[in-house]
Amino acid sequence: MFKLIWRNTVRHPLRASLTVLGMAVAVLAFCLLRTVVTAWYGGVAASSPVRLITRNAISLMAPLPMAYLPRIQVLAGVKEVAYAYWFEGTYIDPKHFFPQFAVSVSRLLDIYPEYLISPDQKAALLRDRKGCAIGRKLAARFGWRLGDSIILQGTIFPGEYNFNVQAIYTGRDPSTDETQFFFHWDYLNEKLKKIAPERADKVGWFFVQVASPGLAAPVSEKIDAMFKNSLAETLTETEKAFQLSFIAMTEAILVAIQAVSWVVIGVILVVLANTMAMSARERLREYAVLKTMGFRPRHLAGLILGESLILALVGGLLGVLLTFPAIHLFPASLEQYFGVFPLTWATLSLGLTISLGIGVLAATLPAYRAAQISIAEALKKVG
Amino acid sequence: MTRESAPVSPAPLVEISHLYKSYRRGSQDLVILQDISLTIASGEFLALMGPSGSGKTTLLNLIAGLDAPDKGHLIVKGIDITRLTEAQLASWRAREVGFIFQFYYLIPVLTAFENVELPLLLTPLNRRERQEHVDLALELVGLSDRRQHYPSQLSGGQQQRVAIARALITDPSIIAADEPTGDLDRQSANDVLNLLSRLNQEFNKTIILVTHDPEAASHAARIRRLIKGQLLDENDRRQT
Ligand SMILES: Nc1ncnc2c1ncn2[C@@H]1O[C@H](COP(=O)(O)OP(=O)(O)OP(=O)(O)O)[C@@H](O)[C@H]1O
Ligand SMILES: [Mg+2]
Repeated sequence: MFKLIWRNTVRHPLRASLTVLGMAVAVLAFCLLRTVVTAWYGGVAASSPVRLITRNAISLMAPLPMAYLPRIQVLAGVKEVAYAYWFEGTYIDPKHFFPQFAVSVSRLLDIYPEYLISPDQKAALLRDRKGCAIGRKLAARFGWRLGDSIILQGTIFPGEYNFNVQAIYTGRDPSTDETQFFFHWDYLNEKLKKIAPERADKVGWFFVQVASPGLAAPVSEKIDAMFKNSLAETLTETEKAFQLSFIAMTEAILVAIQAVSWVVIGVILVVLANTMAMSARERLREYAVLKTMGFRPRHLAGLILGESLILALVGGLLGVLLTFPAIHLFPASLEQYFGVFPLTWATLSLGLTISLGIGVLAATLPAYRAAQISIAEALKKVG
Repeated sequence: MTRESAPVSPAPLVEISHLYKSYRRGSQDLVILQDISLTIASGEFLALMGPSGSGKTTLLNLIAGLDAPDKGHLIVKGIDITRLTEAQLASWRAREVGFIFQFYYLIPVLTAFENVELPLLLTPLNRRERQEHVDLALELVGLSDRRQHYPSQLSGGQQQRVAIARALITDPSIIAADEPTGDLDRQSANDVLNLLSRLNQEFNKTIILVTHDPEAASHAARIRRLIKGQLLDENDRRQT
């Protein structure tokens, strides 16, 4: 019986290979699109439940006074507070985009243990006022090494800024972003005091580490209550919620990508269903002959389902396997926007599960038809 | 009282009584078979003749359990097959009937051996037992040396002999052959007919042969004629 399924499958080699190929391309596209979506949510996945982010309630772009730091720090349940300022500098060409932050380096590294830096690099970084830490992938992208000096042209903040690469960090988890650029907030602040004093002594947001996840909600409330009715009201949320609010801005695109990934699946379902319907129609007489011998509708359904599953799974597997090399084709150009491209098992197994589902669905109608055929009808004289 | 010395009539295998079959075409009912009554003895070789469209295939399909009549009874080995469910009928066919068709209907992607083996897949026989059966059947039809050939590599006559091997592989009670020589040249047709005769005589197989061809019919021990859905009287010698 299995022999028959297999021989039926390869009966029309061209048709079978085209179907498998189509299936593979569709699953490949699906996995890649999913990976983009996963990457988008990557920040969320990497977020810690004990990290809060306090920002200006008006908007992400509005700063907060540095003076808030000690007041937050003394709150019960707060372990550590760090801060960051979004710095949008240009490296030679505006196209060389990568995320840059002016941060409280030492405190930030305490709160983010997933950025791994060797102790001597860390010491060098903390010693050098113009020192910066860059992610492994960012270093690879521009060929930067330890000790290199980098000049960034400020855009939000005026002026030219010189940095020395003192540390290259690696990510502890696959979802850790290795494309960022961190430098000392103090360096930026000194410069601002000279050229734009009204913008000095401010930060973009505070990172607040609480002692346990249970404290996240009460501490957030306390912080926001403390600065209620002040000049800059705050909005404190967990890192996860913060990341999600980022994503919310691009939610529409995300939904579109997801929709497209399902459309691709829908198209290939139609293609496979058509292949199966075509094959089954050609073989109605054979199915009728099998019926005369006493084969039952479930046997015929098995034949058709088996064939459909072979096509779908071989194609699906091929697509999933192709995803591995394919994923390396686009990070080079896209990683700068996404940080990490995690090809997750969830994506791959979803790809395979969907192939399985397509195989079953595509076989349903032909199997039903084969089960329903009247032997006498199907065996009537040819022509 | 005189003792009856008439030949013992063999036990009836098939008893058909007052069978009707019609097809709906559009709004009107087309009567295909009308009040057919017929008894076929076990071990008999019966030919069904008649002009095209007279209902031969329809009758054969009814006897073989491929189709259901509208009215009447069809008793085979004591079982009224008109009362069987679809599923029961399927396993009944697997046990009791072997089919031979005009166009052989072998599965093109399976070898001669595998084609003949197919019906055995529904039996509890294991691989080795199946192989023994198939080898025997192929030997019987004289195609032992063609077991690994695909249908496309066989002549029409050879394909039909494979089909015969397939029909008898489960040792069925009835072999139903619908114009098995209709697509063959004289020589191949004779091979096939001689084979059927042998099956009937040596192995006592009951054979129902539907045919147009008087010469083919002459291999049968008894000929019944159908005209416009009615079975002619046994002694009616009207040529069809
Ligand atoms: N499914 C069907 N629907 C409608 N009419 C049918 C159907 N099957 C058979 N018929 C009609 O029944 C009649 C008898 O058909 P059948 O195939 O039994 O004839 P036959 O004697 O075998 O003819 P032939 O020698 O050409 O094979 C024909 O007129 C045919 O058109
Ligand atoms: Mg016919």
